[in-house]
Amino acid sequence: MNDSVPERRLHYLNASYGLKSWLLTTDHKRIAWLYLVSVTVFFFLGGFFATLLRLELLTPQGDLVQAETYNKLFTMHGVTMIFFFLIPSIPAVLGNFLIPLMIGARDLAFPRINLASWYLYIIGGLFTLTAAAAGGVDTGWTFYTPYSSIYSNSNVALTVIGIFVTGFSSILTGLNFIVTIHTMRAPGMTWFRLPLFVWSHYATSIIFILGTPVIAISLTLVALERLFGLGIFNPELGGDPLLFQHLFWFYSHPAVYIMILPGMGVISELIPCFSRKRIFGYNFVAFSSLAIAVLGFLVWGHHMFVSGQSIYAGMIFSFLSMLVAIPSAIKVFNWTATLYKGSVSLDAPMLYALGFIGLFTMGGLTGLFVAALGIDVHVHDTYFIIAHFHYIMVGSAVMAYLGGIHFWWPKMTGRRYPEVLARLSALIIFLGFNLTFFPQFILGYLGMPRRYHVYPPEFQALNVLSSAGASILAVGYVLPLIYLIWSLRYSPVAGINPWKARGLEWQTPSPPPTDNFEVTPIVVQPAYAYDEPDEPEVIYAPEKAAHV
Amino acid sequence: MFGSNLPLFPEQASTLAPRVDTLLYFLLGVSAFFSLLISMSIVVFAIKYRRRSDSERPPLILGSLGLEIFWTAIPLAITMVIFVWGAKLFFVSFYPPPNALEINVVAKQWMWKVQHPEGKSEIDELHIPAGQPVKLLLTSQDVIHDFFVPAFRVKKDVLPGRYTTLWFEASKPGTYHLFCAQYCGTQHSGMVGRIIVMEAPAYATWVGGGGTGGSTTAAGQKLFQTLGCATCHLPTDTGRGPSLVGLIGKTVALQGGKSVTADENYIRESILEPRAKIVRGYEPIMPIFKGSVSEEGVMQILSYIKSLTPAEGAQGKK
Amino acid sequence: MSEPEAIHLHQFDDPVQQHEASWLGMWVFLGTEVMFFGGMFLGYTFYRTAYPQGFASASNHLDIWLGTINTAVLICSSFTMALAVRAGQIGQNRLVKIFLCLTIVLGIVFLGIKFTEYYQKFEEHLVPGSDFRFEGAFVSSAEIFFSFYFAMTGIHALHMIIGIGLLATLIVKTARGRFSATYNTPIELVGLYWHFVDIVWIFLFPLLYLVGRHLE
Repeated sequence: MNDSVPERRLHYLNASYGLKSWLLTTDHKRIAWLYLVSVTVFFFLGGFFATLLRLELLTPQGDLVQAETYNKLFTMHGVTMIFFFLIPSIPAVLGNFLIPLMIGARDLAFPRINLASWYLYIIGGLFTLTAAAAGGVDTGWTFYTPYSSIYSNSNVALTVIGIFVTGFSSILTGLNFIVTIHTMRAPGMTWFRLPLFVWSHYATSIIFILGTPVIAISLTLVALERLFGLGIFNPELGGDPLLFQHLFWFYSHPAVYIMILPGMGVISELIPCFSRKRIFGYNFVAFSSLAIAVLGFLVWGHHMFVSGQSIYAGMIFSFLSMLVAIPSAIKVFNWTATLYKGSVSLDAPMLYALGFIGLFTMGGLTGLFVAALGIDVHVHDTYFIIAHFHYIMVGSAVMAYLGGIHFWWPKMTGRRYPEVLARLSALIIFLGFNLTFFPQFILGYLGMPRRYHVYPPEFQALNVLSSAGASILAVGYVLPLIYLIWSLRYSPVAGINPWKARGLEWQTPSPPPTDNFEVTPIVVQPAYAYDEPDEPEVIYAPEKAAHV
Repeated sequence: MFGSNLPLFPEQASTLAPRVDTLLYFLLGVSAFFSLLISMSIVVFAIKYRRRSDSERPPLILGSLGLEIFWTAIPLAITMVIFVWGAKLFFVSFYPPPNALEINVVAKQWMWKVQHPEGKSEIDELHIPAGQPVKLLLTSQDVIHDFFVPAFRVKKDVLPGRYTTLWFEASKPGTYHLFCAQYCGTQHSGMVGRIIVMEAPAYATWVGGGGTGGSTTAAGQKLFQTLGCATCHLPTDTGRGPSLVGLIGKTVALQGGKSVTADENYIRESILEPRAKIVRGYEPIMPIFKGSVSEEGVMQILSYIKSLTPAEGAQGKK
Repeated sequence: MSEPEAIHLHQFDDPVQQHEASWLGMWVFLGTEVMFFGGMFLGYTFYRTAYPQGFASASNHLDIWLGTINTAVLICSSFTMALAVRAGQIGQNRLVKIFLCLTIVLGIVFLGIKFTEYYQKFEEHLVPGSDFRFEGAFVSSAEIFFSFYFAMTGIHALHMIIGIGLLATLIVKTARGRFSATYNTPIELVGLYWHFVDIVWIFLFPLLYLVGRHLE
C-alpha cells in the first residue's frame, strides 16, 4: 500500500451517492439525517412564529399584527414545535441513529417502515405547511371544541389531517424501537446492560404506541364534525365539548413525557461519560423511565381542574400528578450523585447536561405548583403555565437535544466541532432562556392570561424582559446551526472514540460502516464501565460474523 | 408591590387569596430549597471533582439503596403535604356557602353579560359588595370561555350547554381585573372587564337604583306564564307535568329506573331538552324550548323555580 | 420445489430472530389499533350512558338481520383465514390460495351488505348532517348514535378493505412460490390482522345493533 495515498474507507455516508440513495435509503443512520434536516427546518419555522409573538408582546397594544393573525401565530408556533420538532427530535434523529449501534445490531427491525415513517412525517408536515400558507389556523394547538369544530373560520381540517398523518410516523417509529430492543440485542447485551438511552426510548415508544392513536381518533372526530356537521362535541345537538378535552389530553399529557424521556436518556449518557463514572443507581433510573411512562397515562385530568369536571376527578388527578413527579426526582438525584467523586470535564455536551438538570429541576418543581389544586385554579391558562412547560420543553428537552447532537456529532459525521464556540453557545442559550421564561412565572401569578394579543399596561415591563431574553436565545440557537455546518468541512477529523466513552457505538469507526459493525460484538461489560477502561468492552467471535 | 411599573405580586382582594398565597409561599420555599440544593451540588461537584488529569480513576460507586429510599420518601412526603393542602383549598373554593348572593352571568364572544337578582344588568362589569359571599351562575352562548379574577384567585370555565358555578367573598373595595382565560376566538384578549367591589351600603344603593324589568325572579315568573309552563306544571302533582315546588336539591325518580338530583343543570336541561330525562310516571310530551328562550331567560325561570318553596306555596314570593 | 429466495433480511441474525421480530411487530401494531378504536368506544360508552333511551330508539332503526348475517359472514371468514394460515404452515400452497380467496369473497360479501345498509340509511335520512330526520322524542341523541355508527363501522370497513388488499397481495405472492413450510410469516401476520378486524366487529355488532332490543 502506498503510504501517501490513504485508503478510502467506506462508511454509511460515502457508500453511495445521489439524491435517490438518500431518499430511498433504508439505512437507519441516513434516515436519522433526513429527520435531522427536517426537524431543524420546523424548529426555525416555529422559532420564527415565536419571534413575531415576542415582538408583538413588547407593547400592551396590538400594534404589530391583527388579533386574528396573532391567534394564528401562537397556534402555529405550538403545532409546529410540538408535533414537528419536539416529539420527533431526539427519538427520530438520535434514537434512529444510535439504538441499533447501542445494542449491537445492523439496523432497526423494520428498515423500510423506518423510511415510511419519515415520509409520513414529511407528508404531515406538508399538510400543515399548506394550512399555514392558506391562512393558518387559530384554534390553539389544543383545538378545544366547540370553537375548533364549529366556530373557527380557519384551516382546521387541513391542520388536523397533517397532525394525524405525522402521528402515524410516531407510531411506526415506536413500533420499530420496541421490536428492535426486544429481539435484536447483541449476544451479552442483557436488559440491564443496556444504555439508559435505550431504556428511555423504550419507555417513550410505549407512549407512542398507546397514546398516539387516541389523538388520531380525537382529531378525526373534530374533522368529521367540521366537515359533516355531526354533533358529537356540539352542545346544541346534545354533544359534550368536554369529551373532546378528555380524549385530547389522554394523549397530549403522555405526549409531554414523549418529549422529555428521550432527553433524560441523553443526559444519562452524558453524565457518566463526562464524570468518567458509572451512573449512580442504574436500576432506579431505568425503572423510573418506565414508571414515568405508565403514570403519565393516569394524570390527564390535571389539565381540566377548572373545566367543570367533578371535584372528585380533580382530587384523583391531583394525587396521581404528585406521584408522577417522584420518578423524575429520583433521576435528578441519581444524576447529581453520579458527579460525586467523579472526574468532571465541562465540555459542551456536559454544559448542556448540567444546564438540563438545573432547569428540569425548576420546571419539574413548578409542576408541583400546578398539580396543587388550590394553586392551579389561579394560575391555569396564565403565563405561569407557559413558563412551566417551556422550562421543560425548551430549558430541558431542547438542551438535551443539543447536548446529544454535540456529543454524537463526531460519531455521526467523523468530525469534531469548535469546542469554544459550542461552550459559548450553551452559555448564551442558558442565560437567554432564563431571561425569557423566568419573568413569565411572575406574569402568570400576577394574572396575565395566555394567548393574549393585548394586555393591561402594568404587565409591560416583564414582557419586555421576556422578549429581550428571547432575542438572546435566538442568537444561541443560530450559532450551532452555523458552526456545525461549518465543521462538516473544516473541523478536525474525529477518531473512533474522541470522548473515550463506553458504549457499543464508540466501538465502531466514526462514521460507522453501513452495517454498523464489521463483526457482531459480544458484550461482556456492564453499562458505563468507566471504572474499567483497560478491560475490553466487547469480544468478537468469528462464528457470529455479520451477514454480508 | 414595587409600584405600578413593575408589579411582582397581585393584590389580595378576597378571603381566599391569602390562603392561596400561603400555599404559594410554601411551594416557593420548597422549590427554592431543592433548586438550590441541586444547583449548588452540581457547582460544588463540578469544581471539587474537576478533571485534573486524563488518567484519573474515579472510584466504583454503583448506588445506595438507603439513599434511593431516602430521596424517594422525602419527595413523596412533601408532595402529599402539597396535595392535601391544595385539595383543601380547592374544596373551599368549589362549594359556595348557603347564604351566597347569586348573580347570573352569560358569556358570549366577546363580552360578559351580568344579571343581578334585583334586576340590574351590566356588560363587562360586575358590581359586588365587600364582605358578602357571591355565587356566580355561569353559562356561555357559544364557545368555552373562562371567568378569571386574579385578585380573588378564582377561575372557572364557562361552558355552552350547561352551567358552572364560581364563588368568592371580596374582602376589600376596589376595582379589579376580570379576564377571559379560555381562548375563545379573535377578540379573546379583548374579553376583559372590571370587578367593582363596594362597601355593602354603597352596593345596596347602587343595586336598588332602577333596574329594568324588575327582579330576576319576577321576570322568571312572567316567562313561566307566557311560555305556558303553568298550564302543565301545577302546584300539585295532578297536572300533565310534575309539580316544581321545592324542586331544587330534590332527588327525582326517572323513567328507566335511574334517579337524579335536581340541580341547576338538571332544571336547565329539562327546559331546553325535556326528552333527555323523563320523570317516572309522566309522558314525554313537554315541548322543547330550545330556541324559544334565551340563556338569560332560562336563568330567570330557574330563579323563579328556586323561589317555589313549600312554605311559600305555589305562588312563590316577589 | 426449490427453496424460495430472500427469506432472510440482512438486519436479522437468523430466520428465528426475523420471525420473532415480525410477530412482535404485528402484535404491537394491533395494540395501537385497539387504542385507535378504543377512543371511539369510549365516546360511544359516554353518550350511551347519558342517553340510554335515545340510543335504544336509534339502534332499533338498524337492520338486525343484515347485521346478524354480516356477523356470521365475518366469523366464517376468520375460519377460512385460519385454514389458510394452517395450510401455509404445512406448505400446502394450493390450499392457501383457495382459503385466501374464500376469505376475500366473504370479506367482499360483508362490505356489500354494509354498503347496502349505508344506502338504506341514506334513503331513510338517517345520515348525520343537514339532512338528518328522526321521528320521536330523541332527535339529538339519535343523531349522535348515528354519528358513532357511521364513524365506527366506516373505519372498520376501511380496515376490511385494507385487509382484502393484503389478502390479494398474499395470493399473488403464494402463486409466485414465496412461501413454504419454513417461511410463511406474512400469512400468519395477515391472519392476526384479519382476526383483529373480526373481533372489532364482534364488539361493534351488539353495541350498535342490539341496544334495547328486548324492549319490543
